[in-house]
Amino acid sequence: MTLDLLPIGQRARIVAVDWSRLVDEEAQRLQALGVDVGARVAVAHRGVFSGMDPIALTVGRMTVALRRAHARAMMVEAL
Amino acid sequence: MQTMRSAALVGNPNAGKSALFNALTGARQKIANYPGVTVERKVGRLILPSGEPIELTDLPGSYGLSATSPDEEVTRKVILGEFPGEAAPQVLVVVLDASNLGQHLVFAQEVIALGRPTVIALNMIDLAERDGLVISPAALEQALGVPVIATVAVRRRGLAELSAAIAAAEERPAEHGRPHTSLIERRVTAHAIADGAIVSETARHRLHARLDRLFLHPWLGPLILFGLLFVVFQAVFAGAAPFAAVLQAGVDWISGEVRSNLPQGLARDLLTDGVLAGVGSVVVFLPQIVILFFFILAMEASGYMARAAFLMDRMMARVGLSGRSFIPLLSSFACAVPGIMATRSITDPRDRLTTILIAPLMTCSARLPVYAVIIAAFIPNRNIGGGIGLQGLVLFVLYVIGIIGAMVVALVLRRSVTKGAASGFIMELPKYQLPRARDLGIGLYQRAWIFLRRAGTIILTTTVVLWLLLNFPRAEPGQNQVDASIAGKIANGLAVVVRPIGFNRDIALALIPAMAAREVAVSSLATTYAVADSDETRQATALGDRLRAGWSLATALAFLAWFVFAPQCMSTIAVTRRETNGWKWPGFMMAYLFALAYLFAGLTYWTAVWLGLG
Repeated sequence: MTLDLLPIGQRARIVAVDWSRLVDEEAQRLQALGVDVGARVAVAHRGVFSGMDPIALTVGRMTVALRRAHARAMMVEAL
Repeated sequence: MQTMRSAALVGNPNAGKSALFNALTGARQKIANYPGVTVERKVGRLILPSGEPIELTDLPGSYGLSATSPDEEVTRKVILGEFPGEAAPQVLVVVLDASNLGQHLVFAQEVIALGRPTVIALNMIDLAERDGLVISPAALEQALGVPVIATVAVRRRGLAELSAAIAAAEERPAEHGRPHTSLIERRVTAHAIADGAIVSETARHRLHARLDRLFLHPWLGPLILFGLLFVVFQAVFAGAAPFAAVLQAGVDWISGEVRSNLPQGLARDLLTDGVLAGVGSVVVFLPQIVILFFFILAMEASGYMARAAFLMDRMMARVGLSGRSFIPLLSSFACAVPGIMATRSITDPRDRLTTILIAPLMTCSARLPVYAVIIAAFIPNRNIGGGIGLQGLVLFVLYVIGIIGAMVVALVLRRSVTKGAASGFIMELPKYQLPRARDLGIGLYQRAWIFLRRAGTIILTTTVVLWLLLNFPRAEPGQNQVDASIAGKIANGLAVVVRPIGFNRDIALALIPAMAAREVAVSSLATTYAVADSDETRQATALGDRLRAGWSLATALAFLAWFVFAPQCMSTIAVTRRETNGWKWPGFMMAYLFALAYLFAGLTYWTAVWLGLG
């Protein structure tokens, strides 16, 4: 399952990331924020009105906002 | 022993570096609760316990030594001593957010690995405790091998201990040759160290999550944001009225005293018609500026601003920008100058340029006096039901037109001059904090002071110059003084250009000095009418009454539309030149904004006349 499809509140672990789908700077920024292979995450909020963008992701004690396009590059397994 | 010269604060964005800098040096740098507030390095003086002063540098927040945006680049260069003409700071003070050690320790390890004298400030330890997190600084110190001091910058806790540690760190021999680690290794180590330092951990930021459930709700969230902005504009009008009345009465009283105590003549006219009418007409808007800034500062300090960016991201994405551009744009509601500087935290150069170019379309506080004076004169103070005032509604609509204009321009720019792949939105959402009265007070005082200083400098100067140009040469008997004057002649020339969009000679006269700053339009109108009237009535008329007598509603609406777009601000042009390294982009900005201003003022005027409001 990719991260953008993870149900809200479901805890999961990032198992693979296709960094080639992201711009270098964005990949670097996500890694710096701890959004990387092995991270335990949960989708806290998703979308405004009926949209699916952006996503608020809980990573450790942090909440990180990112776009669906980023989340789609990440494979997760539910915990 | 080495002589003490310098130290620098480094760490992740929003760790509280600037708050610590302010507490240690007595400076009053802007602090707020979102990542990327500081985009420039700031230098201050820290007095060590020995009484010796050292230079302390506050640096923009960074996630690591490999920079991805212009503000992070500054941090990297200063730390590594690559900043032109400057030695590297001798002591590095790494500021950590105690509630988020696992993340903040990643960069801390990188800094410690440089082998330079380092001290850790374990900041915001009170918020960690609020979240049920108990941390042992001693355990952290042992794991990291450098001194760790628990601090609460905003409550001035741990400052003396931190200064002492900075002084002591200086005398340690620098350790060299630590092995270079990869990001993944550092991250694993960071989590291990954090787990080791956490003594106990109970309920995890429950309040934080509950507030987000409300503010980031897909439907409620945007409604709350919209409602909040609406309340702000209602408050700006309703709340400020009594205070503005007192200020106006004060200006009128002084004017009356000057009139009755000074002999009649040009000197007295300069004081009453020039200085008091001009500067006074702007100063009375101080309460509205203060109310506007109260809301902006409270939103910034609470952490809500980052949520607003989240909610706005989708709309920004539609025009090829990201939520990251939203914060500089929101700052531009206060003033475009800090807004344009805040774009340094945007990674993508095309995104950044687009944001700079549309920043002047956000309704800055300098427009408030212009809008307020026209709205108060032409829009009836009526309640249109549900406690909503018509005047506040019109003001709200003007802000919305500015925002829509900015979005449309961004869309066009992203498909033409700043064409390129759209960038994403990646941003840390900070924890909520209750804004502290003291910080709000300082912020408001600073903004009020800036406003008054502008009134005393730019506005005073342009007003006096305008008064001189309006009074010379003196009119022949039977001739109108304004028509006879130099300023009147210049304005008559310009009036030919602006007449088609409904502007009269007096407006043309106000637009020229208002190139310096938008508020000058108000002071110029006040001075022009004071000079024009002083021959006839010898009686000061309220500016609003005078405007109503001389302008049609269509002209007034066109004037408002003009100021939504017109780039009448020297400081904005100057900062754009500096941030884009040349005259190309400020030139482009002025050209497109004046074109839009002319077009929209015209459309407004012609439509209004067609509707019979002319």
